[in-house]
Amino acid sequence: MPIEILMPALSPTMTEGNLAKWLKKEGDEVHSGDVLAEIETDKATMEVEAVDDGKIGKILVPEGAQGIKVNAPIAVLLGEDEDASALEKFAASVAQPAPTAPSPSPENLRPAAAVPPPVKDRGNGDGRVFASPLARRMAQQAGLDLAAIRGSGPQGRIVKSDIEAALSAGRVTPVATAAPAPVLSQPVPGAPILSKERVAALAGNPPYTERPLTAMRRVIARRLTESKQTVPHFYLTVDCEIDALLKIRGELNAKLTPTLPSPVGRGGKGGGISVNDFVIRAAALALRQVPAANASWSEDAILLWDTVDIAVAVALDDGLITPIVKMADRKGLAAIANETRDLVARARAGKLKLDEFQGGTFSISNLGMYGVREFAAVINPPHGGILAVGAGEPRPVVKGGTLTVATVMSCTLSCDHRAVDGAIGAQFLAAFKKLVEDPLTMLL
Amino acid sequence: MAENSFDLIVLGGGPGGYVAAIRAAQLGMKTALVERDQLGGICLNWGCIPTKALLRSSEIYRLLHRLDEFGFSANDIRFDAGKVVARSRAVAKQLSNGVGYLLRKNKVTVVYGQGRLAGKGRLAIAKDGKAVSELTSEHIVLATGARARSLPGLEPDGERVWTYKEAMVPTAIPKSLLVIGSGAIGIEFASFYHDMGAEVTVVEMLDRVLPVEDEEISAFARKSFEKQGIKIHTGATVAVLQHNGANLTARIDGAGQGAEVTVERVILAVGIVGNVEDIGLENTAVKVEKTHVVVDEWLRTGEPGLYAIGDLVGPPWLAHKAMHEGVICVEHIAGVNDVHPLDIHNIPACTYCRPQVASVGLTEKSAKEAGHEVKIGHFPFIGNGKAIALGEPEGMVKTVFDGKTGELLGAHMIGAEVTELIQGYTIAKILETTETELIRSIFPHPTLSETMHEAVLDAYGRAIHF
Repeated sequence: MPIEILMPALSPTMTEGNLAKWLKKEGDEVHSGDVLAEIETDKATMEVEAVDDGKIGKILVPEGAQGIKVNAPIAVLLGEDEDASALEKFAASVAQPAPTAPSPSPENLRPAAAVPPPVKDRGNGDGRVFASPLARRMAQQAGLDLAAIRGSGPQGRIVKSDIEAALSAGRVTPVATAAPAPVLSQPVPGAPILSKERVAALAGNPPYTERPLTAMRRVIARRLTESKQTVPHFYLTVDCEIDALLKIRGELNAKLTPTLPSPVGRGGKGGGISVNDFVIRAAALALRQVPAANASWSEDAILLWDTVDIAVAVALDDGLITPIVKMADRKGLAAIANETRDLVARARAGKLKLDEFQGGTFSISNLGMYGVREFAAVINPPHGGILAVGAGEPRPVVKGGTLTVATVMSCTLSCDHRAVDGAIGAQFLAAFKKLVEDPLTMLL
Repeated sequence: MAENSFDLIVLGGGPGGYVAAIRAAQLGMKTALVERDQLGGICLNWGCIPTKALLRSSEIYRLLHRLDEFGFSANDIRFDAGKVVARSRAVAKQLSNGVGYLLRKNKVTVVYGQGRLAGKGRLAIAKDGKAVSELTSEHIVLATGARARSLPGLEPDGERVWTYKEAMVPTAIPKSLLVIGSGAIGIEFASFYHDMGAEVTVVEMLDRVLPVEDEEISAFARKSFEKQGIKIHTGATVAVLQHNGANLTARIDGAGQGAEVTVERVILAVGIVGNVEDIGLENTAVKVEKTHVVVDEWLRTGEPGLYAIGDLVGPPWLAHKAMHEGVICVEHIAGVNDVHPLDIHNIPACTYCRPQVASVGLTEKSAKEAGHEVKIGHFPFIGNGKAIALGEPEGMVKTVFDGKTGELLGAHMIGAEVTELIQGYTIAKILETTETELIRSIFPHPTLSETMHEAVLDAYGRAIHF
């Protein structure tokens, strides 16, 4: 006979609690004393231990569920000689508990770790997402999750323009993997749901103002969480002296200025070609020289890209977007300068076309204009790397045994270790540094 | 609040203006409507409505000539043009009175007179050239409409060269008629006068009649008009118009190479120009382009607090578009939630000629030009039981879908009663249905609407009855 694991009372006054985390999943063997789950009350987080040996037959209350009554069953433990059939008989005889959130649909009773719950509760109580048929189809075709999109139609209905906005706001790459991975508003299966009440409680309930989540913000949150949790990052930093680059830039811009207006907001005072344009070109040429760094991981093979398409992070009022300089290795500085200027302007105006910000093979993020000395960026999947560019600033350097001053720009490469190893990353950075420090070579 | 101070003033009592005023009043604003002539504007008094009354008469007259087909006989079928026109005027009058009632019911203050902007938030009212009052409001909505465009050398004289206005109140049906322009207005008059017995010639500058419609619908319509006996010259212009005793002789340049036609009357229907004059725009930041006021998606002009709607702004120049703009403009001012700008692709257009023409959304050509990979469906009325039973088997429905998403991009119809049917597709479009929902929808049998279902099925290779 299967044994019910009940919601424990962690204190004499406790009447209900939240299931913060499952530490075992369905099918796991457990022994008396093993920690099964973490339960949270308004006062504390406590562990639930197994009191019997056996196998987790079924998890009845998913992670993140709140307001579970004390003594309500939260899982079923199978004895050593029992199998799933015993569970079925048992399930038929037991009424299901009713946790308040997320919605207690039968889907949620499946093992959370193995199958992401497909039910997406928009918080309107019944889990129903209102969306036009066209919006549903477009979302399905783009691999977008409707639950993550805010509807602008009547009563919050999601309409075509919302999907278009979501597609142009976030880098929603149509999922390249074989399975149409359901993208969830609570992105990582198994992670506790960070409801605003819970986050506020964790912070000790200080007063706060709510800023509603935009579709772009949700996409950023989802993709970057996914990246940091699934992509093994490592970081390499190199210092580049850019005095020669600045000199050439000055000379070029003196000649080019009539045709190239000053780039807006990119620190290119009076100049048409910015330092960042040099960085884009140098990175593109370096990727061409070290093709193994222009790579992406897939479950089947490492994909070495034939083209060098560089995504450039652009800050927006509420988020960021990464328009792509395609075939950047085949474009001259003036072409790159013109193109990035146009892309940035249209990115800020929200007028990029889908293919102008979806894809790319490598990214560059530059926070030098904010005076940041150096930083490490999160990889933008499926890219194999992202180069984080700091400010060019006068620093003491030692040359031939003497101390002198040079303008130094620190650049940090984040690599996906599955596709790009340390030595490859180092080779790329060496090639990049050489191009930046001897900029005549990148004019070739 | 002072007597002449309002939350919102609307200048012009046409369909855009009176709807804007009623909606504003519903939203709790103290609202004034300024009208220089008749409530209901051109649409109600000299456009949409009275022409529908005339076309109803011509439809009956035509049916009377087909009595034998339906098993009747009658002799001496005649009409009295005076009575036909009188009925049309009575219809217009009834509705204009109705608008007055609706405005009263909603407590909109109606001010008769000529309104003119007199500085920020001020509208001076004059009657017979004399200043009578001044109204003030933070929000002024301009809805002064438009009038017929005239061409140099072809100026209407009100007697033999008509605009829509004279064409609507003929004392007799002319034996022969030249219609210049084959848009909705020109074609409706061509159809009316032809069915009432006139010999009608239509001259169109562009290469097809009803040039804003889908090309296939234009071609279908032309064939049908020519079969009825209407003469059509496309890619042609009227070069010279000579008064020739009681008649007019027009030389037609273009396709027919120097053709001449002699007629009793000419109707000029070559488009409209916005009524932008004498309303005080000159001292504002309002931008006027080609006689129309430039506005943003919320109908705001360049001048804060000043808005413009309807025919005074951009195309399509349709009463229902004006009404909708009035609502959007006012709701946006009032800060109503969920107000959406007008989507031009969801505005249906109807032409009440015989056969009727109705459409919504993109034509096949414009859909392709917009980069859509299209799926096209057709269904002819001859495959529809109700059409045959009605004795109206001439017609066609065409659908344009996006091949990738299944979005209904456009629908184009020609045939009996299609002006009443198009709304089905309009709802489908506004709800953003795909072909799936349309295919699953059950259309009652037997109705003309089944052609709409079949045209969807056909786009996906599934038409049943053809």
